Amino acid sequence: MEKVDCIVVGGGLAGLSAAYGLASEGLEVIVIERGDYSGAKNVTGGRLYISPIRDMFPELWEEAPFERPVTREFITIMGDAATTTLEYTSQNVAAQPYQAYTLVRATFDQWLSEKVMEKGGMVITKQRVDELLKDELDKVIGIRAGEDEIGADMVIVAEGCLKLVSERAGLCERPTFVDQAVGYKEVIELAPEVIESRWHLNPGEGAAQLFMGEVTKGMLGGGFLYTNKNSVALGIVLGMKAARERKDKVEIYRLLDDFKENAAIKPLFEGGELLEYSAHVISEAGPAGIPPLYGDGYLVTGDSAGLALNSLYTVRGMDFAIASGYFAAKAVAEAKAQGDINAAGPAYDRMMRDSWVIKDLEVAENIPHFIENDRVFSHYPNAISRVMDGLFVLGAGPQKKIFDKVYSGAKKEFMNLATVKDALGARKI
Amino acid sequence: MNIETKLGYNVFKIDKERHITINTDICNTKCTDKTCLYICPALLYKLDDEGDTIVDWEGCLECGTCLLACEPGAIEWNYPRGEYGVQYRTS
Repeated sequence: MEKVDCIVVGGGLAGLSAAYGLASEGLEVIVIERGDYSGAKNVTGGRLYISPIRDMFPELWEEAPFERPVTREFITIMGDAATTTLEYTSQNVAAQPYQAYTLVRATFDQWLSEKVMEKGGMVITKQRVDELLKDELDKVIGIRAGEDEIGADMVIVAEGCLKLVSERAGLCERPTFVDQAVGYKEVIELAPEVIESRWHLNPGEGAAQLFMGEVTKGMLGGGFLYTNKNSVALGIVLGMKAARERKDKVEIYRLLDDFKENAAIKPLFEGGELLEYSAHVISEAGPAGIPPLYGDGYLVTGDSAGLALNSLYTVRGMDFAIASGYFAAKAVAEAKAQGDINAAGPAYDRMMRDSWVIKDLEVAENIPHFIENDRVFSHYPNAISRVMDGLFVLGAGPQKKIFDKVYSGAKKEFMNLATVKDALGARKI
Repeated sequence: MNIETKLGYNVFKIDKERHITINTDICNTKCTDKTCLYICPALLYKLDDEGDTIVDWEGCLECGTCLLACEPGAIEWNYPRGEYGVQYRTS
């Protein structure tokens, strides 16, 4: 069996980042990717927060093929009748160095895979890894892809959140639907100047918009929108447990059609042409979904390591993936240099826990429980909408004072035992 | 836009080998919910004339939702072989 220093299972952001780091250190690394190219099987919202990873591979980000820097944020509360949007921009996000960019995975991941190859790493596409090979002591010693077997001192698992290969090798259990969500989206083509005018952007700048409430018919989840250069991604993330518990068994794809038809959304996409429809599972488990980060002969990175964070208004994953690849490469390179490859696992685990990666997930550990509460996605969006209607709808007859309109509405909607309990719960998030 | 038309905008490289197999015994005996019929974002699962669950695996987005959401054991699901399946360009 041929043997190399490192094999990476999966050529997404975690795997490619690991390979880039390893190849930069002169190690022999092979990435195996099942898509026709890196990014061919990937789905993002999506935006990459660059500020946490700027100092890792600093030479890369200057020339990275981002779509637009996110300089404007919109948060939209959708009730059954009213829609209310909070629009935010700041000198702190709308200036160099930008903290986040939208991107298209097919473009971005292919570029990163070229960077890996420039450093001397190999990226083999159109190959599905079928199995992790183990020795008699249960140590992972390589992979099998079809008929081909390749050995490695270290296998880096970067196969995404479904972890099929890991599960088959007994490295982890299959995730259960209880703490998983499905994200699905359309990418809709719009001219750059149309995007800029509809989302109030300077040329080249981008927007992110999150939606909650009616978009998921009150189920756990929300809508999202990200502006690319020439297109806009519009999608929904929906908790699987909530979707399963729903009595009307609405076909979930219809939610996205309804979303697009919503009176507040439809004009934004006037004249837009559909480019693509994509979907993927995403973990909502928080830190509880993080498996052991290493074992004998392997390290686990990216979505395979449960590194996904939904903290309601920020959704992160790609920055964690890149950071985990960076640390995996660093740990392996240092262990190799010391002549003890077995030191890589504990070192990787330590680097991940000492850094912001695991800490940021742990800080948000109570969010999965908080958002299990149906009121977050149904009662509150509707309540806010009724208060706003109370303010703006001018009915017949004498008008109340502004204070009375707001106060009587707010009192009814927000001051009862359930909402007080929710407010107390919110202190933990 | 109906879902078949929507899927028509994607690039699929279709393998002759199926990557999803349904164990209808489990669907018919253990599954009371028929989750797959509504939770697949591509609406690929249907019931045939006999009431058995069938799947149009050619249009699979490879999201994995059915694998996690359906009755354990009801679906045997692997990624398509290398070179096959959906190839996203703008996602």
